[in-house]
Amino acid sequence: MTMARMTDVNVTDDQDLSGDENKVAGSEVPRAAIDLPSLAITEQITELGKTVGEVRCEDPYIVAENVDVYYGDNHAIQDVTLEISKQEVIALIGPSGCGKSTFLRCLNRMNDSIESARVTGNITLGGQDIYGKDLDPVALRARVGMVFQKPNPFPKSIYDNVAYGPRIHGLANDRAELDDIVHSSLERAGLLKEVKDRLEEPGTGLSGGQQQRLCIARTIAVNPEVILMDEPCSALDPIATARIEDLMDELSEDYAIVIVTHSMQQAARVSKRVAYFHLGLLVEVDETDKIFTNPQHKLTEDYITGRIG
Amino acid sequence: MQNTTLILILGAMAVAAFFIGRGRAVAVVGGPQHGTDLHSLPGYYGYFTAIWCLLPALAVMAIWAVLEPRVIVALIISGLSEAQRSLSPGELNLLVNNIQNLAAGDVVSGDLDVALSEASSRLSGYVVMSSRLLAVVSLVLAGLGGTIALRRIQPDFRARNRVEKIILVVLIAASSIAVFTTVGIVLSVLFEAIRFFQEVSLTEFLFGLNWSPQTAIRADQVGSSGSFGAVPLFTGTLLITGIAMLVAVPVGLMTAIYLAEYSSNRIRGIAKPLLEILAGIPTVVYGFFAALTVAPWVRRMGESFGFEVASESALAAGLVMGIMIIPLVSSLADDAINAVPSAMRDGALGLGSTRSETMTKVILPAALPGIVGGILLAVSRAIGETMIVVMAAGLAANLTANPFAAVTTVTVQIVTLLVGDQEFDSAKTLAAFALGLMLFVVTLILNVIGLNVVRKYREQYD
Repeated sequence: MTMARMTDVNVTDDQDLSGDENKVAGSEVPRAAIDLPSLAITEQITELGKTVGEVRCEDPYIVAENVDVYYGDNHAIQDVTLEISKQEVIALIGPSGCGKSTFLRCLNRMNDSIESARVTGNITLGGQDIYGKDLDPVALRARVGMVFQKPNPFPKSIYDNVAYGPRIHGLANDRAELDDIVHSSLERAGLLKEVKDRLEEPGTGLSGGQQQRLCIARTIAVNPEVILMDEPCSALDPIATARIEDLMDELSEDYAIVIVTHSMQQAARVSKRVAYFHLGLLVEVDETDKIFTNPQHKLTEDYITGRIG
Repeated sequence: MQNTTLILILGAMAVAAFFIGRGRAVAVVGGPQHGTDLHSLPGYYGYFTAIWCLLPALAVMAIWAVLEPRVIVALIISGLSEAQRSLSPGELNLLVNNIQNLAAGDVVSGDLDVALSEASSRLSGYVVMSSRLLAVVSLVLAGLGGTIALRRIQPDFRARNRVEKIILVVLIAASSIAVFTTVGIVLSVLFEAIRFFQEVSLTEFLFGLNWSPQTAIRADQVGSSGSFGAVPLFTGTLLITGIAMLVAVPVGLMTAIYLAEYSSNRIRGIAKPLLEILAGIPTVVYGFFAALTVAPWVRRMGESFGFEVASESALAAGLVMGIMIIPLVSSLADDAINAVPSAMRDGALGLGSTRSETMTKVILPAALPGIVGGILLAVSRAIGETMIVVMAAGLAANLTANPFAAVTTVTVQIVTLLVGDQEFDSAKTLAAFALGLMLFVVTLILNVIGLNVVRKYREQYD
């Protein structure tokens, strides 16, 4: 097995760019020096064969088969197979630069905006190939909503932030319908009570936790099927985090939720299943309880006990 | 002794002072092996000594250079006869000039007389004496300063802090040069403009509709008495600026949008430097491009559509000026667009917007304050632009909004009023200062607004 480079680079996610070894176009010498131990770990993983645990699930909605992602020469994700059902919260965990955010971004084709990124393999959403020729990535992103690491409300009013999606997709026929969508979205995001008297004030004036809930409201306003969350609480304080976690619990009744997180407690609290990524490989997938009480793979065990990452 | 020699000697003394100071610092603590006993590195003691050696001497030389001519002239005048001293200031000035010319060996106006040549030889004497005195004083000061500095060198003397303090003073002096120059220019323009407004009323200048600055120099001369209504100049300036912005804003903005959001890195890498080249073309080159290429073309095109076009038209000048300003608008707009955090883009794309929806609905509104600020800076650039309009827009102060007619601008009139020999006691010449003041005020206001808008915008995302 000849893999030029094992360390993952996620150029879109600066949180994951934690060290020099992650530079895309670094000089060759330090790269090789760093890769030596990683190569040993890769051998260790491949010795044990494919992903440990259960990648399949009942009633799968998103099916990723043998997905590989390359950033230029860098092989960021290697042969990942994973099924996600519509009624679950699945958490992607792993050390920085392991490819979890990259995998998340494959699910709504946000990697398209990176010139050097290349995705191979097969991902289907409700049976439809999302990398198929006849699929419009813009329409896909309306079906697969995304909440980002840093709250990123537009510099517009709270109302316009939520109304943005419905407006561009023509979901409301008149002002009253739009009002309804905005109110119900804010309600479901648990924000309505706090902002209903100041919908015309700028969304950037809210607190961090409120901004993130505004972004969630904005996402559910376009009525997606799946919500991707890329470390949605890493910029928030514990109280705001608890509110978002409660919200995820409620939303999971209607949406499939895929969350990337660095907090294992968070993964344990919110998710039904957990997928552990390491150096671009999907090491282990299983029920949350099982992963945290009885991990099968040594790397998973090392990670959750704090020996890696 | 010549000043060059003197400065060279002072330089040599400073170098020597550096080494002596450094050596002494080392010696004070008892050799290089005790170097850590010193408060600062030995070199700082050297610099300290050198600065004390050099600065006082240079300061004296600077003051000398300012005062010497005045003192010498005063001495010469006091040595003249009573009759000569009671001459009118103008004639006295002429006489002193003659004496100075004679001493320098130049041509002298009028007849030579004994008193004159005597005075000139006295002048030469004073000059020689002055330069000797200067040499002695500055060299003594240099030696004295160096010695005092040397005596202060002790192990706990904070040479590093002292040297840094002196460097701070030098930095402040350097930055105040620009400030004082600006203040000086503004004041000189202001005072000349006030002189102008004593002859021509402010209301006539600001609201008069007729600009014809030719005034009769002598009482019997046939000619107009001059008319200084600046309105045609300002409308001309506005017309050309307006045309320029009509060209520069859409083209520059679209360029910026394309380069910032759509182009690949390769195209961006080629197009950006090319735009910068466009910005680097001297305006005089744009000027003859406007006058020789664009103006005839505008005339031909206009005539083919049945318009009457002057060979120097506002349209030609405005078009070329617009092209000149494109890089400014596009680079400022590009900065504004790039300053919008990529999280905004991701957020909009993640909601299923197309690129152009992202651009028009999220990025442009977010970047708008920066873009507006950039456009205001471009307007003030257009108003102040001179070379293109001098060559392509003409000199006729027509009060018209017709872009095919020849118009003139404030800057063009300033140029024509001040080119060549001018008498500085007539309203015609002073009008240039009044126009300059107006122009300064207008561009200053635009710049302040533009910079404030840009700054406010920057704070938004920090």
